[in-house]
Amino acid sequence: MTWLLVIAGAAVGAPLRYLTDRAVQARHSSRFPWGTFAVNVVASLVLGVVTGAVTAGAASDRLALLLGPGLCGALSTYSTFSYETLLLVEEGALLLAAANVAGSVLATFAAAAAGVGIAELWWG
Amino acid sequence: MPAVAGGRRTPLSLLVVIAVGGAAGACLRRGASLLWPTPAEAFPWTTLGVNLAGCAAIGVLMAAISARHGVHPLVRPFLGVGVLGGFTTFSAYAVEARGLVTAGRAGFALAYLGGTMLGALVAVSAAVTVTRQLAGIRRAAREEAG
Repeated sequence: MTWLLVIAGAAVGAPLRYLTDRAVQARHSSRFPWGTFAVNVVASLVLGVVTGAVTAGAASDRLALLLGPGLCGALSTYSTFSYETLLLVEEGALLLAAANVAGSVLATFAAAAAGVGIAELWWG
Repeated sequence: MPAVAGGRRTPLSLLVVIAVGGAAGACLRRGASLLWPTPAEAFPWTTLGVNLAGCAAIGVLMAAISARHGVHPLVRPFLGVGVLGGFTTFSAYAVEARGLVTAGRAGFALAYLGGTMLGALVAVSAAVTVTRQLAGIRRAAREEAG
């Protein structure tokens, strides 16, 4: 059962990442990978909320598996992030590569912390 | 029914392939976290290992695909977007780092954030370089033979 929850969450999260990336990338012309950046930040925010809700006893273990390792795990990606950063380096766009690295770490960390904070305010 | 993204239609088959791959990747990640569980306040070695392995794998995949002609158009969505995207995670990375800070282990958090980042970039770039070289050797051997 726990595996089915992870499968169900991931089967939504991965296509959602693809569609979000396509939609975001179609709406700007810069070389910065905003699509991957966006899904990683949103997934970190949601996982923060889920983590805070579990701590507060407001979310069941099942819901946490569906949304955590399932949905958020598949919505976010480190492999595409690293490959897109490498492409920026190879294109000579070192500033964009550095911005992607620093921006992704800072923004996802802040999103995760904000998510936990929101959950604590809501259910605390 | 085709889904619409970015003004262009995405075939349902493509989304299904990505969903199946993503589910497989997430199961591999969950398997790793059950095999090698890391307590909440310990250094998250398992997520680090998963992410580095996934970054090395996407480097091999992308370099191999661009070195070959006639690769099936669904290989990259299935393995790259689906399996490896589902396997690796940025959200657990961020939430785990935040948890370490909250637990008073800011040093661990910094080492984890920086170590994963550095390791991921080294892994993907080394994998691309090695795969391109191997592909080049194969191509040269084929040209010599043919």
